[in-house]
Amino acid sequence: MSHDVTHTRTQQEYEYDRKRANLGMRNQVTVFALMIFLTFIAFASVQAGMSAYLVAPLILLFAAVQVALQLYYFMHWSEKGHGMAQFFMYSAAFIAFTMILAFITIIWW
Amino acid sequence: MSSTAKKKGFGATIWDYLTTVDHKKIAVLYLIAGTLFFVIGGIEAMLIRIQLAEPNNDFVSAGLFNEIITMHGTTMIFLAAMPLLFAFMNAAVPLQIGARDVAFPFLNSLGFWLFLFGGLFLNLSWFLGGAPDAGWTSYASLSLASPTHGIDFYALGLQISGAGTLIAGINFLVTIINMRAPGMTYMRMPLFTWTTFVASALILFAFPPLTVGLFFMIFDRMFDANFFDHLNGGNTIIWEHLFWIFGHPEVYILVLPAFGLFSEIFATFSRKRLFGYSSMVFATILIGFLGFMVWAHHMFTVGLGPTANAIFAVATMAIAVPTGMKVFNWLLTIWGGNIKVTTPMLYGLGFIPSFVAGGVTGVMQASAPLDYQLHDSYFIVAHFHYVIVGGIVLALFAAAHYYWPLMFNQMLNETLGKITFVFFFVGFHCTFFIQHFLGLMGMPRRVFTYQGDQGWDLFNYISTIGAFLMAIGVILLVVNVIITAIKGEPAGRDPWKDGRTLEWAIPQPVPYYNFKQTPLVRGLDTFWIEKMEGNKEGMTYAEPISDIHMPNNSFIPFMISFGLFVAAFGALYHQDADKAWSLPVLIAGLAITFLSMIVRSLKDDLGYHIHKEELMNEKGGKK
Amino acid sequence: MDLKTKFTPQSWPAHPENATLEGKNKTLGFWIFLGGETVLFATLFATFLALKNKGPNGMEFSTQSLFELPLAFIMTMLLLTSSLTSVYAMYHMKNHNFKAMQAWIAVTVVLGLGFLGLEIYEFYHYVHLGFTFTQSAFGSSFYTLVGTHGLHVIIGLAWFILLMLRNSKRGLNLYNAPKYYLASLYWHFIDVVWVFIFTVVYLMGVLD
Repeated sequence: MSHDVTHTRTQQEYEYDRKRANLGMRNQVTVFALMIFLTFIAFASVQAGMSAYLVAPLILLFAAVQVALQLYYFMHWSEKGHGMAQFFMYSAAFIAFTMILAFITIIWW
Repeated sequence: MSSTAKKKGFGATIWDYLTTVDHKKIAVLYLIAGTLFFVIGGIEAMLIRIQLAEPNNDFVSAGLFNEIITMHGTTMIFLAAMPLLFAFMNAAVPLQIGARDVAFPFLNSLGFWLFLFGGLFLNLSWFLGGAPDAGWTSYASLSLASPTHGIDFYALGLQISGAGTLIAGINFLVTIINMRAPGMTYMRMPLFTWTTFVASALILFAFPPLTVGLFFMIFDRMFDANFFDHLNGGNTIIWEHLFWIFGHPEVYILVLPAFGLFSEIFATFSRKRLFGYSSMVFATILIGFLGFMVWAHHMFTVGLGPTANAIFAVATMAIAVPTGMKVFNWLLTIWGGNIKVTTPMLYGLGFIPSFVAGGVTGVMQASAPLDYQLHDSYFIVAHFHYVIVGGIVLALFAAAHYYWPLMFNQMLNETLGKITFVFFFVGFHCTFFIQHFLGLMGMPRRVFTYQGDQGWDLFNYISTIGAFLMAIGVILLVVNVIITAIKGEPAGRDPWKDGRTLEWAIPQPVPYYNFKQTPLVRGLDTFWIEKMEGNKEGMTYAEPISDIHMPNNSFIPFMISFGLFVAAFGALYHQDADKAWSLPVLIAGLAITFLSMIVRSLKDDLGYHIHKEELMNEKGGKK
Repeated sequence: MDLKTKFTPQSWPAHPENATLEGKNKTLGFWIFLGGETVLFATLFATFLALKNKGPNGMEFSTQSLFELPLAFIMTMLLLTSSLTSVYAMYHMKNHNFKAMQAWIAVTVVLGLGFLGLEIYEFYHYVHLGFTFTQSAFGSSFYTLVGTHGLHVIIGLAWFILLMLRNSKRGLNLYNAPKYYLASLYWHFIDVVWVFIFTVVYLMGVLD
């Protein structure tokens, strides 16, 4: 606990890690492209003037997918050691959902 | 930096406490500040009971009465009960899990100073034009109409102290997840640690809605926003929802650690392993989860509609199940145990029936149709005092006796402790039991007086007598503390002789680095296992003696909190046309806070090491 | 912790943000804090949904009459791109390439400033039309929700800038690596919130 344990990787390990990181970064760019695509579809479907009953669930779904991508890739949830982070974020999302549901149903208007 | 503790002058001691980041000293700070506010809230309670002792009393005026009940509730919940629980959490939890300190010692100190300055700000309202007077719930339509600055003090003060609470909650979560000693798996954690964990998670999720609600209140009152003003499209029900989305989990934030404390006490003084440990853990988590699903039972009479009322009624009744599990587990822990009736145990034995009574009336109110009858009557007052005093305050008193030797290396006088219990316990039931009947007879809560000859006179008088008995109990506890301090007899390690968990394994007074070597945990009730195996040291070690890393003390938390305290005055008087100084004060306060944060951020604060040689020379805290 | 240790890319740990106990605590603590932030924003969203288009009798403003999608689209693109650039910064942080990391953070900051500029322009435009914070409940809830997000953007930018300045001479070590990591997490979280804002506030506001 008192001193940092530093571990120097061997040349092979280092090169392997580097390669994996490069692949990972390429993956991130793909994810980014997908996010841009989803955003574009969302804006376009609203602009196209289709029925709100179709568009609203669609763009909410897109938002959820985009946020999941952001969390699992950009914020590294897909890597190991994020169990507690996920637990607290999912709990927060659950409470958020309950609260928003209450505010659009039982707030009196 | 030298590690050996020397006798310090008074000024140096004060400076030490102002800058400390040691969880044991912060525990003492929380204890002192919490007790101060508990006494203030208690005096307010006495004023309420004196006013209501007889019909048509004019001891205090109607307006002052409103201020007193508001401040009594707010002070007791936010500034007394929570900090006192934090005191015991800080004192015991890091030791229970075998940690050298909390995860964020700096933030621990920041949390305390934010709470203290927030609490001071709120209480300064008494001297600066009047205290808040819209009840501790501060429902929006009423509080927006309040002419004095009282509500502004309420909103800003709670905002500051709420930030401190949130920080403390996150700190405990990380501490319990990351700082456990080797072998301390989740299912070996003492129950007080478990309940602290769940309560901290509740703090994390419950305080943001309060923060937002208070901001809405601040914006509406001070910056002309329209969240709650129906003329401009606002909706006053939003405040009620936000307040109770916070307010209901708050009840569990308070009561779960109390459950944890009693679980420790029952196991210790029954000299038996806690019955049904895993079901206790499960019940704790379930209560925490359900605690978020029931807030609207405070709003049955708002008219949310039968569907919503039915859902929230059922969810509320469901909470009785895990709570019932806990009660039976406690009973079965005691059953067949080798019972020692010490003062903490006595409080525990008093707690079970008292809390069950509060729980049963809670289930009564969960039934929405009946709640229409009970709402806003003294029945409600009786109910929540049975839960809060019968549950939490009894736990706090029990913990004060139980953990006093851990915190101060001295034992409180047992005989005096038992006398304290008798006065407090009898006084408590005398005050509140009869209020159930006052409520059923139709006496509304929050009235400053009542007409005679409605059958309420005698019962109110009895209730007031009870309040005085409780006050005697509190005074006896203070006397006990003073006597013990004057005597100054060291209690030594494991003073109850029956300690089961790691905090009792540590030498007394607790060294400032806690564990010289990190302990290895080999099961639930670690210390008990070691004692039963005849291990004189009380611990199996997980590592050889090596350098210990320690955090540096810091004055910055104090300055950050002080800046917000100053800024709050600026924000508060900003709405008064004749106070041009308010804006500069607001800016100056925020500048103090942000500059302190920047200083903190720019410096490399790496802490220091206690070297192995120094540790070898020390005989583990014994002087 | 020892600041004197000099790292090479080869001796630099694979997860520098979790290489020390302090780093581990900070990362976990920050995620937990983000859990609290999630609930905070949920509260603001819930209030906005409850007060949307609510105002004094005969109010002329509504989500349909106010919002313009092209502006929201440009803002979204800026923020999404800045999220990617901060991923690049963290990529270089893990490779122990301090200069590249600082450069990508600088790009992130520029994009973030662009977003902030457009948001200020948008608010200025609405205020000019008479749609102010104090005009209606709709105004109060809109400015509080979007403004709180904007405040987070400001804090995120200040955080990045302060980090770049304080560490420009120090270089990368295990003491400041978690700080960079957390700042970038914060920036991603800001983007997460914005995804819901552009969907729920702007897109669903324009839908009828």
